[in-house]
Amino acid sequence: MQELIIEPGRAGKNYWRDLWRYRELFYFLAWRDILVRYKQTVVGVAWAVLQPFLTTVVFTIVFSRIAKLPHPVGVPYSLLVMAAQLPWQFFSSSLSGSSNSLIGNANLISKVYFPRLIVPAGSVITSFVDFLITLGLMAVMMLRYQFAPDWRVLTLPLFVALAFAASFGAGLWLCALNVEYRDFRYIIPFIVQLGLYVSPVGFSSSIVPVKWRLLYSLNPMVGVIDGFRWALLRGQSPLWWPGVVTCILVTSGSCLGGIWYFRKMERTFADVI
Amino acid sequence: MSDVVIDVENLGKKYRIRHQGTPRYLALRDVVARKFTTPIRWVHDRTRSRNGRQSPGFLPPISTPASREDFWALKDVSFEVKQGEVVGIIGRNGAGKSTLLKILSRITEPTEGRVRLKGRVSSLLEVGTGFHPELTGRENIFLNGAILGMTRAEIKKRFDEIVAFAEIERFLDTPVKWYSSGMYVRLAFAVAAHLEPEVLIVDEVLAVGDAEFQKKCLGRMGEVARGGRTILFVSHDMRKVTSLCNRGLLFNAGRIEARGDMTTVAAAYLEERTPSEGLADLSRRGDRSGTGDARLQKIELLKGVNRTAAFAVGDALTQRITLEVFRRVGTSMLAIVITSSDGIAVHELWNVNERCPWVAEPGVYEFEVTIPKLCLYPGTYSIDVWLGDANSARVDYITEVITFHVVQTPESELERPLDRANGLVLQRSEWTYNKAVDR
Repeated sequence: MQELIIEPGRAGKNYWRDLWRYRELFYFLAWRDILVRYKQTVVGVAWAVLQPFLTTVVFTIVFSRIAKLPHPVGVPYSLLVMAAQLPWQFFSSSLSGSSNSLIGNANLISKVYFPRLIVPAGSVITSFVDFLITLGLMAVMMLRYQFAPDWRVLTLPLFVALAFAASFGAGLWLCALNVEYRDFRYIIPFIVQLGLYVSPVGFSSSIVPVKWRLLYSLNPMVGVIDGFRWALLRGQSPLWWPGVVTCILVTSGSCLGGIWYFRKMERTFADVI
Repeated sequence: MSDVVIDVENLGKKYRIRHQGTPRYLALRDVVARKFTTPIRWVHDRTRSRNGRQSPGFLPPISTPASREDFWALKDVSFEVKQGEVVGIIGRNGAGKSTLLKILSRITEPTEGRVRLKGRVSSLLEVGTGFHPELTGRENIFLNGAILGMTRAEIKKRFDEIVAFAEIERFLDTPVKWYSSGMYVRLAFAVAAHLEPEVLIVDEVLAVGDAEFQKKCLGRMGEVARGGRTILFVSHDMRKVTSLCNRGLLFNAGRIEARGDMTTVAAAYLEERTPSEGLADLSRRGDRSGTGDARLQKIELLKGVNRTAAFAVGDALTQRITLEVFRRVGTSMLAIVITSSDGIAVHELWNVNERCPWVAEPGVYEFEVTIPKLCLYPGTYSIDVWLGDANSARVDYITEVITFHVVQTPESELERPLDRANGLVLQRSEWTYNKAVDR
């Protein structure tokens, strides 16, 4: 029979083992969120398609037709936008999802023990399902434009992983901050909205002057979006390697920092939530 | 190998309580605002002190950390629970019971001390935790099971049993938001009841559901207990606690005040909870139910003309109940139930049974109910008072309004000591004999 010892500061020692032990709960919570998400909205799955589609249409009109921003030759502008929409939608919805996840599950957290990391991680997974649906839309659009990707598409999983890490890391920070400061949730929609314009979703990052590019790459979504475009659009939109390296560094930094901060705050969640 | 499953040593939990004026939740805007105004205040305070005068300030002084205070919800708590014991944990609100359970179920960390637990611990802090209204009964069974710590295989194995126990076969694929509250609670308890942990922690779950289902739940808990599992049961209901548990812990202000045999501990609690001077003010009791058209105000226990809570076997006991009628109720009934500390209702006294009909008109009434000869075994007893209209609809009802003790004194004129193990109600009897055969 297993023996469990509870004493101050002890929880940290078994944390990763517990995380593994509670993997089923993780699976069930993610399953619940996905189920509820597609049950609640009348449009259901259609919503996951409609949202990025309409944004793409509007962005194409605004940035290509009205602002007349340059874009790589041979790639329809809407594909350029769509390739960026994929990681951006994923990032922004996991950000808002995970930041509210702990408050939304407050009744669970104050009543049952499990590694709290499961909760924000679960909402990232939920957003990932949306991402997969949007990926389907991308495939349809590529068929429509008769634009076939080349070998570079095989590197896509790497960039998906990068998007995952970026979303998870940022989500953890916001999630813990949201419990600590109850008015933080009013800032999150603003961050997401601002991020859409700060990240190269509607335009190509190549229009940013070279001397500013490294600074610009500190936004992890820059590297992720560039990577998605490079992988999906036959490298027509060139990859700027220093930017990718910066992205990897920033992402892993925010991910590790996020886990550290979350773990630090986690101990008091049940007391303050 | 020892059979101690829960070993708690010097457990303590400290909370910071914020005093009035500081908000319950920290808001970023306050933190930012404080950061910005601090230098201004600092300068302001400096200039003020340089002037050497207490000129009226335009800003309040920087708040000091003294507005926070430490509060020990638990302190120096030590106890052991052996395999198969059913332990009742009782105490007033805020005595530390819930904090203890939260530590045992690892929801919160202790500040000091240590706990050693053997085997899987599951807690039922509230039935239906994690139920989602949009999901069907079937889906919620799986979800709730996972939350309570069951694996998918375990849930599958017990699925039919759970459904049968909850009696919801027909509504298995209906979202639980369409369930009646009764069905909801039944399903929630059914999942929880089929957990098979080595240690089960139960907090107040039995306060819900209809009487029949409650009985079923109690039965199920008894079954679990007989199956050799250890149960920690927290409740305010002395009847349930005493009927289920064999050992008790009484908490008061974060410490264990009494421990041992459940009946003894429950008696100590009743005594603590209600004043034993034979007087209880009921006007401020919040834990009452009924329409409120009339309310019980006060109860006094009298021995002759003296107010007391201690009676001898055979004494006359008078209960003086003061109540106020706010709106006309009409023909009404008043009932008093006397219950022993182990939860057995012993006497039921009705005004209507004793030819004392009553029409409640607005005003204050004082009832005197006398038991001419107290025929109870020594022990602690509590009184419930019920007030209802002619249709038995509840107007005001309070349980455990007051307690009293019965002791055996020489005045009881009994040769042998009365032992609660052998009886509860003293039945006097007439004895005669004659010598039938002479040798």
